[in-house]
Amino acid sequence: MEGETTSYPPIEPSTFDLIVVGTGLPESVVAAAASAAGETVLHLDTNPFYGAHYASLPLNDFVTFLQSHSQPSEVPEAESDDSIPLVTRSLYSSLEISSHSDEPLKNSRRFNIDLAGPRVFLCSDSMIDVILKTGINQYMEFKSVDTSFVGDVDGKLMSVPDSRSAIFKDRSLSIIEKNRLMKFFKLVQAHFSEENEEDRIPEEDLESPFVEFLTKIGLSQKLKSIILYAIVNASYDQDNIKSCKDVINTKSGISRLALHHSSVGRFPNANGAMIYPIYGQGEVPQAFCRRAAVKGCIYVLRMPVVCVLKDKEYGTYKGVKLVSGQRLFSSRLILAPSFTPLVPSTAQASKSHDAGHTDAKEKVARGICITNNSIRPEVSNCLVFFPPKSLYPEQIALVRAFQLSNNVAVCPPGMFVTYLSAMTIDAVEGKKLLTAAINALFSIPFSGNDGSRGIDNSSENIEVKPTLLWSALYMQELNKFQGALDSISNMVMPDEHLDYNHLLDAIERFFQEIYPGKEFLATSSQSNEHPNYADSELDS
Amino acid sequence: MHGRPRKAPTQQEQDASALKADKLRHLQSQLLRFHLDKIFTKEGLEISAKLLEVNPEHYTGWNYRKLAVQHFTDKQSEDAGEFESFQSIFDEELRVVETALRTNFKSYGAWHHRKWVLSKGHSSVDRELGLLKKFQDLDPRNFHAWNYRRFVTALKEIPDEEELQYTTNMINKNFSNYSAWHNRSTLLSNLMEKGGKGYSEKESVLREEYEFVVHAIFTDPDDQSGWFYHLWLLEQTTILEPLLLSSWPSHSSKLYISANGYPSDQRSSRISHFFSKTREFPFILYFSEPVDGVSFATVCIECDYLVTSELTWTPISANGSGFAQAWMTFLKFPDAVDTLEACPVKVTVAYFQGIINMSGASCGQSYHLFFTVHIPSHDQNQVVDQTADRISWKEENFCVYAPESLDADLLPSVCNLEMTRQKPYDFGWSMKVIANEIERCRELLSETECKIGKLTLARLLMAYHSIMSVSCSHDRNDVRYEEILSLYDDLMKMDPSHIFYYEDQHSLVLLKQMTSSMGSLLKNSHHYQELTSSCLISYACSRLNGLSLSRLGSMEQLLWVQMLDLSHNKIRSTEGLEALQLLPA
Repeated sequence: MEGETTSYPPIEPSTFDLIVVGTGLPESVVAAAASAAGETVLHLDTNPFYGAHYASLPLNDFVTFLQSHSQPSEVPEAESDDSIPLVTRSLYSSLEISSHSDEPLKNSRRFNIDLAGPRVFLCSDSMIDVILKTGINQYMEFKSVDTSFVGDVDGKLMSVPDSRSAIFKDRSLSIIEKNRLMKFFKLVQAHFSEENEEDRIPEEDLESPFVEFLTKIGLSQKLKSIILYAIVNASYDQDNIKSCKDVINTKSGISRLALHHSSVGRFPNANGAMIYPIYGQGEVPQAFCRRAAVKGCIYVLRMPVVCVLKDKEYGTYKGVKLVSGQRLFSSRLILAPSFTPLVPSTAQASKSHDAGHTDAKEKVARGICITNNSIRPEVSNCLVFFPPKSLYPEQIALVRAFQLSNNVAVCPPGMFVTYLSAMTIDAVEGKKLLTAAINALFSIPFSGNDGSRGIDNSSENIEVKPTLLWSALYMQELNKFQGALDSISNMVMPDEHLDYNHLLDAIERFFQEIYPGKEFLATSSQSNEHPNYADSELDS
Repeated sequence: MHGRPRKAPTQQEQDASALKADKLRHLQSQLLRFHLDKIFTKEGLEISAKLLEVNPEHYTGWNYRKLAVQHFTDKQSEDAGEFESFQSIFDEELRVVETALRTNFKSYGAWHHRKWVLSKGHSSVDRELGLLKKFQDLDPRNFHAWNYRRFVTALKEIPDEEELQYTTNMINKNFSNYSAWHNRSTLLSNLMEKGGKGYSEKESVLREEYEFVVHAIFTDPDDQSGWFYHLWLLEQTTILEPLLLSSWPSHSSKLYISANGYPSDQRSSRISHFFSKTREFPFILYFSEPVDGVSFATVCIECDYLVTSELTWTPISANGSGFAQAWMTFLKFPDAVDTLEACPVKVTVAYFQGIINMSGASCGQSYHLFFTVHIPSHDQNQVVDQTADRISWKEENFCVYAPESLDADLLPSVCNLEMTRQKPYDFGWSMKVIANEIERCRELLSETECKIGKLTLARLLMAYHSIMSVSCSHDRNDVRYEEILSLYDDLMKMDPSHIFYYEDQHSLVLLKQMTSSMGSLLKNSHHYQELTSSCLISYACSRLNGLSLSRLGSMEQLLWVQMLDLSHNKIRSTEGLEALQLLPA
C-alpha cells in the first residue's frame, strides 16, 4: 500500500512488557487495558490506518483491503534459526463486487465503509458501559438507529414492536397480539425486578428452549419470530431445534430482551434501543487506541513486522523484527488474527495450526450494498431482519441488514449503505442468503439498460424499491481466542453478532488470563454519564 | 416528575431552608407594605420578583405585580415614563413568570399570571409555543402545561385539527397520559360541534376514536388513561338528550279518585286508585336525567274539566339545583264538576322546546300521553278520616297480587312506558358500536384479569340496555342482568377499596332487573291492608326488603308505589326516593 522508499524511524525504547501487532478492536482494547494497568505497551500496525479488520474505510481502500486479504501472501524465507517469519493469513474469500453505477467509486473518499458490518451498540450493553467508564466517549459521537423491521414470507417489512409505545403504535398486530406481547414484556420485567419471588419465571422454563416458552405463553408465530430474530438475534432457525446450531434457552432469551428494554430510553436523545457511531465502527478501535496512548502506549502505524524472534537457548518468544530491521523485545506478543508465525520445518504443522483457528468452519457471509434511496422513505438508519424461511423455504440462517444514511457520515448525501450478514458453512450458500435479502430489499438494474427499466415498472409498483448502485459480497473466517498458554496470542476476527457483547466478554476473559488480578479498564476520572449525541434534539 | 418519592431533608438542607425562610419573610413584609400603601414603583416590582422567583405560590405577590402593571400601563399615569415601552413591561412579567416556573412548574399563581399577561396582547404567542414545547418535552403529562397550551392555541387560533394531531403524537410517544387524552376529548367535542371538514359525521369520528383507543387498552389494560377516554367515548355514544321515561298516571291508564278510600267501582283496583278528599291528584313526569324547563309552556295538558293553563310544576329533587329527574304538578277537578266517568286527559310533553338537561341539550321530540280519570259523585264521598291510622307493617297484612287478579292485569298499565313519540329513536349505530365494544371487552377479559375492564364491560352492558329500552320494542329478557351483577360481585371482591361504588352500581342494576319485567315486578308488588283495623284503605306496595341495596334507582317504574318496604338493606342515601310522591308523607 505504501511506497517502498518509506523510511522507518527507529523506535525507542526497544524493550516492552507487551507488543501488540494490529489495531483491530480486540488488540486495541487489550492495549488500552494493559496500558491502564501499568504495562509498557508498543502497538504496531502494518496499515496506514487504525482498526485493521474492524476499520471503516473509503470505498477504494475498502476494496483494496478486501482484495489483499483474500489472497495468501508469499511465504518469506526464514532468515535465521532464531526468527520465525510472520505470515499473513487470508481471512476473506469469495469476494464478488458488482458495480451498476460509477457514482459510488467516484465519491470513494466520502464513504466510511465498515469491514465488519453490520454492527450496532445497545444503549445499555457492556461495551457502552466500558466506553462511558473509560471516558472514551469524548472521542466519539453517536446517532440513533431509527427503527427495526422484520421481513415476512410475503416480502413485506413489519416494524418491530419492542417497547410499550411501539406496540401501541403498531397497526399490523391484532389487539390480542398486542395484549399478549405487552403481558410477556411485563412478565420479563417482573422476573428481573427481584421484588417478588413469585414473579420469577420457573427454573424449568428458564432452561427450556426460548421458542418453546414463547409458544407456551401464547405468542403468535409472527411475534415469536420478531422476538427471536429481531430482538434476541438468534442466528439459526429456532423452530428446528434438532438441526439448529444455537438453540437459545429462555434464560438467555429473556436477559437479551431485558437488555434491549433497558436500552430504550437510557439516553434521552436516543430514540430507540440502538446507536451507531458517526464516521463508522472504525471509530471504536481508534478511540481505544487514543485511550491507550493517553496511558503511555506507543503507536507506530505503517510498520510491518517481518518475523518473531526466539530465544536460541529455550526456544521461547523473545521479540519481533520490524521491516526496518530494528529488533524489539517484550515478554508477550499479541497478534492480529491475520498474522501467524510460520512454524518452520513442516508445512503440515502450519496447516494444522490454521485448522485450529476455524474449527467449526462456520463463516460469516458479509455484504455491502450502496443504494440511491432508503428502504423506507421516512427512515434514515434502520435494521432489517430476515428470519429463517422468510426469504426461501430452505433458508436456515438469519440474514441481518443494516442501512445507514449520510447522517452518520458514512456515505455521500443521496446514497445509503446497507450492510448484510449471515452465518454459513460454505460460500455458495452464504451468497445465496445475502442475494435473496438484496433482492427482497432492492431493485437490481440489468446491466446495459438501466434507464428504461424504471419507467416500465413505475405504474405497477407503488412502493419503488431503492436501486442498487454497487455491492460487494465476501466470506469472512471466524476464529476463537486461544488460551494464553504461550507468550504469543492471536486475537479474533469480528464475530457474527450484531453487537459487541460477546466480543467484549471474550476480550475481558483473555485479559484476565494474561494479567490475572489486574483490573480490566478502570473507571476514568474523565468519564461522564452520556455519550455524545449528534442528534439535533440535543441542541434545541 | 412522576413517581419520585419524597426524601427527608438533611440537617444541611434544613439549615438552608431556615435561612431561606428568613429571607422570604423579610421580602414578604416589604412587599405587603408596598401592596397595602398602593405604592407601585420599580423597587416594589423588584422585591416582588425576588419573592416570587423563590416562592411562586405567593398570590399577593402576583396580585401586586398585576396592579403595578395596570398602573404603569395606564395612559394617564405619570410613572409610565419610567419604562421604555409597554412591551418591556410585559416582557419583564414573562421573565419573572418563567423564572418562577423553573422553581415550581406546577404553580397555579405563576401560570395564571402568565395567562393574564398574554391576554393583554403585547407578547409573542410564538415564543410561548416554543416555551411550551420545552416544558412538554420535559414532562409530557403536566396538566398545567396542557391547560396553558389550550389557552395559547386559542389565542393564536391554531386549528383544532392541528392540535388534535399534536395529541396523537404525544399519545404515540406514551399513551399513559391523561392530559393528552383529555385534550383530545375537548378538541373532538369542539370539532364535532362545529361540524368541520371530516368531523360532521359524529358517528364515524367516534368509531375512529374507538379504533384508536382500543390499542392503548389492549396493549396495557392496567393503564387507566385509555379507559377514561373510552368512558368519554361511551358517553358520546349513548343518548345525549333527556328522555321522558314514565309518568303517573301513566299512559293509557285509568285513574279512580275517591275521597274515602273505598274503591268506588268494581273496575277500580287498589293500584289505580287514588285517595283524595279534595279531588286533586298529582301528575308526575319522570325523565332519564335531571332536567329544567318543565312548565305549562312545555307540557300541554288537554282536559275539558281541568284548568291547565297556569299549572305550577315543581322539580322534585333533594339538592335544590332547579334540575330534577322528577317533576310534579297537581291537577284539581273543580267542585262544580260532579261525577265523571272516564274523563280523558291528553298530555303532550315537550310540546315546545325548553326542557333541557344540565349540559343544555333539550328534549328533541315530544311525547303524547293519554289517560282517563274517574270521579265519583260528591254524595258518594262520605269523608272518612283514616289517615291517622298507623301502619303496623305486619307481615300478614301484605298480600301478593294474585297472578290472575285484576290488579295483576293493571300493574302493567301503571308501569306503561310505551307512550307515543313523534318518531321512533334510531340508535342503531350506537347499539352496533356498543355491541362491538362489548365483544372486545369480553375478548380482553378472556386474556387478562382486569378490574377496569370488568367495570367497563358492566357499563357497556348497561348502556346497551338503556339504549335498547328506549329505541325499540324489544325482548327485555335479552338483557344480561345476571352477567352485570356478577361483574359487580367480582369487582367488590377484587377491589374492596371501592366497594361502596360497586355496591351502589349493583343496587341500581338489581332494581333495574326487578322492575324490568312484569313478572319480577309483580313478585315484589303487594297490596297492603290493615286487617285488624276497621279501615279498608289499602296501599299499593313494593317490597324491596333484604336485597342488600345501598342505593335506590329505577324510580320510573315505581311511581305508582304508595308504600315501600326497604327493610334489611344497607341504604346509604335516600336519593331518588323523593320521586315517589304517592308515598304518604
